[in-house]
Amino acid sequence: MQQMYTKRRNRWLEEYIGRTFAVVCGWLIVLITVTMIIFLAVKGIQSFTDSRLSLSDMLLSAQWDPNGTPPRYGALIFIVGSMLVSLGALLISAPIALALAIFMNFIAPKWFVSLLKPVLELLVGIPSVVYGWLGVTILVPLLREWFGGSGFSLLAGIIVLSMMILPTITSVAADALANVPMAYMEASYGLGSTRWQAISRVIVPAAKAGIATGVVLGLARAFGEALAVQMVIGNTIKLPSGLDSPTATLTSILTMDMANTINGTPWNNALWTLALILLLISFFFIAVIRLVGSGKER
Amino acid sequence: MTARMIDKVWTGIFYAVAAAVIGLLIFFFAVVLSKGAGFWQPEFLFGRPSNTQAGGGIGPQLINSFYMLVVTLLLSVPLSLGAGIYLAEYAKQGRIVGFIRLCLEAMASLPSIVVGLFGLLAFVTLTGWGYTLLGGALAVTIINLPGLTRICETAILDVPSNIKEGSLALGATRWQTLIKAVLPAAIPQIVTGVILSAGRIFGEAAVFIYTAGLTTPMLRLDADWGSPTNPLNVFRPAETLTVHIWKLNSEGIVPDAKLIAAKSAAVLMVAVLLFNLAARLASSLLARHFSGGRRARRGREERNKAA
Repeated sequence: MQQMYTKRRNRWLEEYIGRTFAVVCGWLIVLITVTMIIFLAVKGIQSFTDSRLSLSDMLLSAQWDPNGTPPRYGALIFIVGSMLVSLGALLISAPIALALAIFMNFIAPKWFVSLLKPVLELLVGIPSVVYGWLGVTILVPLLREWFGGSGFSLLAGIIVLSMMILPTITSVAADALANVPMAYMEASYGLGSTRWQAISRVIVPAAKAGIATGVVLGLARAFGEALAVQMVIGNTIKLPSGLDSPTATLTSILTMDMANTINGTPWNNALWTLALILLLISFFFIAVIRLVGSGKER
Repeated sequence: MTARMIDKVWTGIFYAVAAAVIGLLIFFFAVVLSKGAGFWQPEFLFGRPSNTQAGGGIGPQLINSFYMLVVTLLLSVPLSLGAGIYLAEYAKQGRIVGFIRLCLEAMASLPSIVVGLFGLLAFVTLTGWGYTLLGGALAVTIINLPGLTRICETAILDVPSNIKEGSLALGATRWQTLIKAVLPAAIPQIVTGVILSAGRIFGEAAVFIYTAGLTTPMLRLDADWGSPTNPLNVFRPAETLTVHIWKLNSEGIVPDAKLIAAKSAAVLMVAVLLFNLAARLASSLLARHFSGGRRARRGREERNKAA
């Protein structure tokens, strides 16, 4: 009798400990996220509180000259560079990704799909430095031959990024297309449409919220990618004059300069503000995705 | 052009796009493996790097990458399993879960360089550790946590509810049900997910630059536990293989920096391939093991024998 009693107690103790562990893990996620936001926000606003830089100057001026007299900390070049390189990548990648997603869902024979899926998984798995390395060894010399100059350019960054975000957009778009009820396709066939007509006029419009989510996710990934872009974009601190001209991005300047500056100096503080801007932009993307998602449910 | 012909043309375009993407991947592998030919030589894989002469290896960087992977998995698997269990089993649907999901989404969307900079604030400066392997592992755990939590949660939710109900009906507690009935059924999916995210940890780079650092001390197996030259000490700077490629590209002064970068890239590509194959293998093997395929077969054989 005594033995049974202790056994039962242990069982509930186990239950209690297990449950506590799970709850702690769940809340740890909240704790980490909030800590990250607080740390980066506190550090990021030091440019304005400690170093007295002006916010409008930082966001709107294209003069970045930390060593000049007076030093200037306009981040416009990096913000524009990041935007151009990720939007450019999206322009190449989104149509290809949509085509792949359509192909996998409605056109490809089964064996082709089972070939394509591991290919996309491998493309996701290739590390960003390897993409950067491929850009430096293959793409940059090619661009140098075609356009002259150094080859390190906005275009090189766009092409490398477009390959990196392709699998992300494809997989989200493919899921969205797979969720369109088969009846839509059948109804469309029943009305005498061809496969292309059914896909382009019925299926894709029906899945447009999901496809948009994939596109924004791809954009977010492109915006935050650091090393691959830094390796091929040339890192010249000026606004690009064309696709073949080198420039810099938020991530590339952070990668290169954070270690070269001393903690607490205006230069260092300005870099932390750039990190905060990156954080805010990625939150903006989440907000957009949530908005698109809530549109889908309606 | 008739609608039928337009349809044919588009079908052709779709096939061409898909073939081009497959061709691209093959091209990538061909380039990396041919430029990095010779990466399999033991004196390269396990040799010491040289700062001045050609012919150095990547031994310490390879060790760092693997050790970083192990430490990260030790940190992130229990945490994300716990969080996945909480979300799937214990949390009540509603505002709180919605908030946790929002945090997971926010965490997942953060660029790895931003997480690396947070790591610089939290694990390098605040703790006073300096650049350490543990700091890198903690930072990459943050990157890895949302994805892995999602994997664990879906794996648990995918377990048929009759397994759970059967166990609860026999008088098991919720935790017992989870550990002895639900998790074993969810294991194949979880293991596959863990292996795939291991591949991603192995390839991560930006987060390590400001957390694990750009250097490695001369590693010696006979060093003290507390010494930074002990390979197993987590409180030492640890340049990973990915960071090594980046560093060679931007500031490599060794005469054969290009070749070492190419060979290292080849090692990474092969590692990616192996992680993907392992994930496939694990999912098919474990699924067979845990779905009772063997027992069913044995049962069939015995019945046949009896008949």
